Amino acid sequence: MENRIRHARTHITRNEDLVFERTSPGKSGVALPPLDVPSVPADQILGSDFHRDEIEGFPEVSELDVIRHFTRLSTWNYGVDTGLYPLGSCTMKYNPRVNEVVARLEGLASDHPYAPEALAQGCLRVLHETARCLAEITGMDAVSLQPAAGAQGELTGILMIRACLADRGDPRKFILIPDSAHGTNPASATISGYEVRNIKSNAQGCVDLGELDRALTGDVAGLMLTNPNTLGIFEAQIAEICELVHSRGGLVYMDGANMNALVGVARPADFGVDVMHLNLHKTFTTPHGGGGPGSGPVAVKRFLEPYLPTPVVEKTKEGTYRLDHNRPKSVGRVRAFYGNFGMAVRALAYILANGPAGLRQTTEDAVLNANYVMARLKDLYDLPYDQPCMHECVFSDRRQAARGVRTMDIAKRLIDYGFHPYTTAFPLIVSGALMIEPTESAGKTELDEFIEAMRSIAEEIEEDPQFVLKAPYSTRVSRLDEATAARKPILRWKA
Amino acid sequence: MRYLPNSPAERAAMLEATGHRSIEELFEQIPERLRLRGQLDLPGPLSEPEILEFFRQAAGESSREYFTLLGAGAYSHYRPVTIDALLSRGEFFTAYTPYQAELAQGTLQAMFEFQTLITQLTGMEVSNASLYDGSTATTEAVLMALRITGREKVVVARALHPEYRQVLATYVRHQGIEVREVAYAPSGQVDLSGLEAALPPETAAVVIQSPNFFGALEPVRQIAELAHQRGALLIVSITEPLSLGIVQPPREADIVCGEAQSFGVPVAFGGPYVGFLACRDKFLRQMPGRLVGQTTDSEGRRGFVLTLATREQHIRREKATSNICTNQSLCALAATIYLCLLGKKGLKALAEQNLAKAHYAAAQLRTVRGVAAPFSAPFFNEFVVKVPGEADELLAALREEKIIGGLDLGRFYPELQNHLLVCATETVSRAAIDRMRAVYQRFQVSGSSKSPAAEIQSASVGHN
Repeated sequence: MENRIRHARTHITRNEDLVFERTSPGKSGVALPPLDVPSVPADQILGSDFHRDEIEGFPEVSELDVIRHFTRLSTWNYGVDTGLYPLGSCTMKYNPRVNEVVARLEGLASDHPYAPEALAQGCLRVLHETARCLAEITGMDAVSLQPAAGAQGELTGILMIRACLADRGDPRKFILIPDSAHGTNPASATISGYEVRNIKSNAQGCVDLGELDRALTGDVAGLMLTNPNTLGIFEAQIAEICELVHSRGGLVYMDGANMNALVGVARPADFGVDVMHLNLHKTFTTPHGGGGPGSGPVAVKRFLEPYLPTPVVEKTKEGTYRLDHNRPKSVGRVRAFYGNFGMAVRALAYILANGPAGLRQTTEDAVLNANYVMARLKDLYDLPYDQPCMHECVFSDRRQAARGVRTMDIAKRLIDYGFHPYTTAFPLIVSGALMIEPTESAGKTELDEFIEAMRSIAEEIEEDPQFVLKAPYSTRVSRLDEATAARKPILRWKA
Repeated sequence: MRYLPNSPAERAAMLEATGHRSIEELFEQIPERLRLRGQLDLPGPLSEPEILEFFRQAAGESSREYFTLLGAGAYSHYRPVTIDALLSRGEFFTAYTPYQAELAQGTLQAMFEFQTLITQLTGMEVSNASLYDGSTATTEAVLMALRITGREKVVVARALHPEYRQVLATYVRHQGIEVREVAYAPSGQVDLSGLEAALPPETAAVVIQSPNFFGALEPVRQIAELAHQRGALLIVSITEPLSLGIVQPPREADIVCGEAQSFGVPVAFGGPYVGFLACRDKFLRQMPGRLVGQTTDSEGRRGFVLTLATREQHIRREKATSNICTNQSLCALAATIYLCLLGKKGLKALAEQNLAKAHYAAAQLRTVRGVAAPFSAPFFNEFVVKVPGEADELLAALREEKIIGGLDLGRFYPELQNHLLVCATETVSRAAIDRMRAVYQRFQVSGSSKSPAAEIQSASVGHN
């Protein structure tokens, strides 16, 4: 009898079938209200060419089945609510619950994008106020909330550079991008019709002015730069960089992915940046949601305002809000409607909760946390660019690699210690990078535990590297076979 | 600040460990002249009740008291409470992209289920894990077709959502791509003879929407034949995927894409939504966006991972299939939960209700003298009426009855002045439809004399 449990096929903490495998014909998780108009014969109305009878393989489960299924799935995830999530360049900070409540308020969550403007003043006000706050934070003059995510913000910004230069007579051919940049930068520049020229970073991990000078030929439209860069280092020569690009007739785009290091401390407009994007899902606490929705507003200097995507929310003299569609110089529309409105609601709630002093304190904490981690790990992990960092610090696995353990292996072992790993193998200019961004949401106690875990793993690697190579040991599944997944893709369930 | 976990003492201890004497010192890498002097000019800080009050006030300045007959790419459907109960689990909404598969099996399995549901709905063989929204998904489908065929021309139906066409134009403008438009026939569907004539041999793709912007179902098979004869791919965009509960999917298409907002995602003034893109297996390697694949772990257990990432920008950089980095995971999760709740029977029943409501509304309005039905094609939950008189006046009169009566098509189609696009989902009651009919009737009787209220209202309606 005592062996019987061994034959149980599933267990809630070990397995949960696909919903299609839990299906039993005849079940449904909803009951529709009775139809208050005459029903119509669908097959006749639509005709046999159009009428569909049933969807093969579609799930049939009860409401409770759905609750249990997704609740169980959720327990296999790790989120910011679970614990420290120091995924570098992603800014995994706390997502306040009040944001979620206000974004779901009837009126904000239910207004239709084509509702008459007189009946959508609340939504338009939220968009306008969010844009105003973001303009103040960046020092820029105008903001569009239309881009759906950071990469689309990049695309929009580069398109604006193109439109502006085309107006001046020549859109030019190249965009310069430092080799430390995120991969979306070159991809976005390419879609905008530009060719990408990479520029090498100097020994400090920053843009090399000499290299930039040589690369800045007359056919360069602009520079795309992340600041602080992906090493977490502030480009101290940013003003000189902008001046140099401007002197050659180019424009400067700043990727604002790392704005969590700057809010309330410094403003990109003051650096000489012409156009930038922000990630509301990083700096402004809108949830990452397991990979989206994001939101990537673009902010520009006054001379680029005519090129903003259409429409733009305006405040009238009477104090009401309207959408300005009449923008002949606009780069056009990058997304239907007005962007990820629900994310603007959340971002504004966050800004209001903090106020200027709170935002500044937040930045200070984020930077202090990263420097604390750096200071306490650099005796055991190689620090290729040894200088104070901003919001994140980047180690290399050089020492551990000598024992056959790479950054991804350390990351997997960190899971056993109860933490989400840092970003692995990025930026590309650091061999075997460990990119750690604690954000302001980590307290000292938690950081000490994390540091202890990292130190313990370093010891394990010295003593028994093979043990670390097989981690994680504590998860439901471990070291999934990615090679087979790509070679023989199974991308959907089949009966 | 209530969101920050450190006490002053903890901060001081940490600062000491860094070897810095002050917080200011940490920022010394920023040149002095580039640092902000003084404070940002921002509102706040606000307590939680104050934040609630601020947004409740904004929420009050809305159309929440109104019945809406607006569709046009954003559909009001009932959202079962179960969706938000599950989405609100922190493990789902505070997680990020599942790069570490061991800590993200929940998101990964749910996305695998989403991909499966989309293939079942669309009749395609493979689906990605979602894109930003319908407009960008449609644009990405076109970019994909350009890569597959190596051609540089695209033919787009005029009855594709106008804003989708605008987004497409923005993306292809600088890539030397020619976009031609094909008109609609009196049926409201693609003009087949016009399409045949307008289809250059070097066409990469024909792009249609079905049900199209006017609600008309397109003859996908005939259009596919025409496209395929010229070696072009057929892309079918769907903005109202609830139709797939009762309408045949466009199986003859090569790529099916669109907007899945209808499936449990709030209308929310236009976003966030959830785009989808599905296609035939043979086009898999040219697909944009994230894909989740099934595999096994070191002990042979089933698990899920992000796969085929070599298409993506973080590896391919400027040679990537797309610049898109994120999907719309949480919205795709909402859609997955919604579809599971409804299931096979529920989706069909709900689609039948939408069909019934829209046909009841159409029949009611068309009995009013002077109201015409310009298009003859079969429709699902959206249709066009030509109104007797000025559309903006009628809409203003409807607003006085707390009804938003639809979209004035003249805004996007100059040739369709005084035509309304009307969408009746299950959320519109018979009583509201009957009230709407009464307003139409009064309007028809009184003619088009402007009431003062109508003038004020119409002045604030946006123009394109």
